[in-house]
Amino acid sequence: MPARRLFLERRSYRMRRAMDAVRLLPFVGLALWMVPLLWAVPGDGQGATIPMSSALRYLFGVWVVLILGALALWWRTGRGAAEDGADDPPRPR
Amino acid sequence: MVALNELVVVCLAYVAGLFLVAFLAERAALRGKGGALLRSPLVYTLSLSIYCTAWTFYGAVGYAARSGLEYVTIYLGPSLVMIGWWWGLRRLVRIGRSQRVTSIADLISSRYGKSNSLAIIVTLMAVIGVTPYIALQLQSVVLSLSIFAANGDGSSYNPVSAALWVAAGLALFTVLFGTRNLNVNERHHGVVIAIAVEAIVKLVASLAVGIFVVWGLGGGVEQTLARVDASAIGEWQVQGGRWATLTLLSAAAFVCLPRMFQVMVVENDEERHLQIASWAFPLYLMLMSLFVVPIAVVGLDLMPPGSNPDLFVLSLPLSQGQNGLAMLSFLGGFSSATSMVIVATLALSTMVSNHIVMPIWLSTRHGSAVQSGDVRQVVLLARRLSILLIIALGVLYYRISGGSAALAAIGTISFGGVAQFLPALLGGIFWRGATRSGALCGLGIGFAIWVFTMLLPSFGVGAALSAEIFTQGLWGQSWLRPQALFGISGLDPTVHAVVWSLSLNALAFVAVSIVSFPDPIERLQGAQFVNVLEHSGPARNWTASVAGSEDLMIMAQRILGAPEAQAFFRAAAEAQGITGGLPEPTPAFVQALERELAGSVGAATAHAMVSQIVGGTSVSVQDLLAVADESAQMLEYSNQLEQKSRELTETAAKLRSANEKLTQLSLQKDGFLSQISHELRTPMTSIRSFSEILRDAGKLSEADKTRYASIIHSETLRLTRLLDELLDLSVLENGQVTLRMGQDRLSDIMDRAVTTALAGAGPALAVRRETEAPDIVLHTDVDRLVQVFINLVSNARKYCDAAEPALTIRTSRHAGGLWIDFVDNGSGIDADVQSVIFEKFFRISGEEAEGVGLGLAICQEIMSRLGGQVIYLPIESGAAFRVSLPQSVLVQETGNPGKTAVS
Repeated sequence: MPARRLFLERRSYRMRRAMDAVRLLPFVGLALWMVPLLWAVPGDGQGATIPMSSALRYLFGVWVVLILGALALWWRTGRGAAEDGADDPPRPR
Repeated sequence: MVALNELVVVCLAYVAGLFLVAFLAERAALRGKGGALLRSPLVYTLSLSIYCTAWTFYGAVGYAARSGLEYVTIYLGPSLVMIGWWWGLRRLVRIGRSQRVTSIADLISSRYGKSNSLAIIVTLMAVIGVTPYIALQLQSVVLSLSIFAANGDGSSYNPVSAALWVAAGLALFTVLFGTRNLNVNERHHGVVIAIAVEAIVKLVASLAVGIFVVWGLGGGVEQTLARVDASAIGEWQVQGGRWATLTLLSAAAFVCLPRMFQVMVVENDEERHLQIASWAFPLYLMLMSLFVVPIAVVGLDLMPPGSNPDLFVLSLPLSQGQNGLAMLSFLGGFSSATSMVIVATLALSTMVSNHIVMPIWLSTRHGSAVQSGDVRQVVLLARRLSILLIIALGVLYYRISGGSAALAAIGTISFGGVAQFLPALLGGIFWRGATRSGALCGLGIGFAIWVFTMLLPSFGVGAALSAEIFTQGLWGQSWLRPQALFGISGLDPTVHAVVWSLSLNALAFVAVSIVSFPDPIERLQGAQFVNVLEHSGPARNWTASVAGSEDLMIMAQRILGAPEAQAFFRAAAEAQGITGGLPEPTPAFVQALERELAGSVGAATAHAMVSQIVGGTSVSVQDLLAVADESAQMLEYSNQLEQKSRELTETAAKLRSANEKLTQLSLQKDGFLSQISHELRTPMTSIRSFSEILRDAGKLSEADKTRYASIIHSETLRLTRLLDELLDLSVLENGQVTLRMGQDRLSDIMDRAVTTALAGAGPALAVRRETEAPDIVLHTDVDRLVQVFINLVSNARKYCDAAEPALTIRTSRHAGGLWIDFVDNGSGIDADVQSVIFEKFFRISGEEAEGVGLGLAICQEIMSRLGGQVIYLPIESGAAFRVSLPQSVLVQETGNPGKTAVS
């Protein structure tokens, strides 16, 4: 049945891209959390400093985005794999 | 106001509750109940929360009050590690499970060839690095108690005795629930559940205080943020170097801290939980650190100047008269401290007992691994003593340091110490070229730099290091100043220490690994660790030929306990197909046993114990030979298969040719039947017609009568000859013939045959005889041999198609006997009929000759009776037959060669 095979291929394709995203996510987080390195610090005389409330909003905003991203990826990859169950490799004891 | 006594009562009630929860969890696990909860990803994630210690609960606010948002780096690093679970943690967990790793020291020593020296060094480093951290927890509990004491009637409060009481309680809990079972791979259910409960308590407490501060005191989110901006820490003030370094440091420590390794890798039940924790744990961290800045800002605003910002979480609600909240907050801090101390002590005691106490105990009793007695008691005792020792060290550190340093500083120092494991750990699981020498050098250099630049200066100028060393450098060497190594000054001390220790550690590790050469067991372990995701099968390490199963059994019983060991051995024996006996000490079995023991006493100790019994090195020539044997066997097998397939092909070809032969024979038979009926009918018809003429015709001349009668006669002769030949062949085939043995010269036999064959009418045939040995005398059935020769010569005469037919008879002697070749100068016999010329009734088609096709068949039968054979020689140009006679028919020429036929 060609239609069914197409569906499966598409699904495994999606699965692989989701795993790519799992791999990529920590680097996105690292890059976003290292943005404060560019911020001006009092005393170095480079323009206005960032108010604490903005810094808080940015850092915790990135945190929430990363958590949601990891949650969504778990939903797509981990949970799906657990439901399929059968194609899980046997766990070594 | 909450009285101190009231607080102590609540605290004791809480601790009693924890004991009860732990006890119930142990009992439920023992009965096999509650497994779903005990093994749920929620409990796994909550147990990871021991990362959040009292340093987090109290210290983060103080940290924020002093340096703004820098505190958050301590949680960013672990969040990144968790979100990047796919890269590192997955590998670690898989290795931890397949190698039955019990601690980070065990993992590192196991990776680098099960080296106990490495395990000892890592253990000592971990103890030195974590002791300040344990002291920090005690200090935080004592400090928080002192707040209440200061508020009420604090005259009876003694910080030192309070620290002792807390330490004693923690030691009791850890000993009770942490050393119930020996196998570290079996989870400590009581401890894990208690920690999960404490994780919830500290999260709830933290959130409660935060919500009270933001909405109760700050007046909502926007107003609180405005207040934050207006405060002393109202703008971004973190140095870039510290930001990046501390994030890296916390990420490294998250993986390397012994207690984190314990809950994350050792107590991990399913790899699946890791991915759930990849979002759940960052969420927990985020919630824990969410209200830190508002609490710090409001505390700075409301609390009198000079109050300790480390205790704002506690003092702020207390100052606002929120006694219940303060109590909850105290329990949160208490939970943070106790859960950390319990797990850290558990992890460290496992390391100390497995890698220091047990090897020493073993080495004091040489070759005694097989003596009777239960080692389990020794191991448990060692573990309990280690717990007491570590907590005592923590108390001692607290007494010496005087509890003066800020919480955050101690935490960072501790992180810097354990982060030194990172190069050896990462190199070990990603790089097969990492060697033990490299790991030793890297760890040693990193640790030395850490002690010199971070630990010792933390005691203050003039305490551990004199002021001279700070300004002049060690031994007066200016490039050895603890806060300006190599003359590079101006760096932040923490950044300075972390960058130099970690980078030189990694450099030494890589450089020494590159130039050194690992021993075989290191290489095996390295391949297994690095390739753990491809295959998790254990390597065959033992040459167990000399290991006695009984000795192994005795040892296993002492470590695993008798019932467990017996069950393990029984299962192994059944797997080997042995019933009611001990299993054979195969390498695979000894390997599995070592792995099992490693779960109880650590890889290095288990290796040492098994090698006491098994003896010898673990990678031997035999192992390599076994590998080579296996591949040789496979090669052999494939060769056999090839051979078989070749044989099958040959058989098929034979069958095909046999089939062709049968088809041809069948055609031959049909042809012969029509031939013989024709042969029989022709004479019969003429006999009948002429006899009828003789009977019926009245007047016949004498001449006619004579003519007709002679026709009848000759036809009868022909019939008789046909029947004679058939009869002759039948007799020969049935073996009823009796040979009339006699002696004669070969040349005489040949003369008779040629003369007879060439007699009578027919085509002329020139016969040439070539004889190597002229005077050969044969002892055989001469008449039958003559018959064969006649047949061959007359065949040549009949069938040779040359213009001037000539037959060459060649006689030659060989080792096997005598060869007589009859070769004519005709065109020979076609290749497709060569195989059937010796069959009965075969006649070359299209030939008009008097034979009935039995001649060659008769020849073959005769020759086989005489012990020789007649074959067709396809190599000659014309038709060629070879008659070969065995050596036995040749008579020694010393005898009388006269013609003496014997009847």
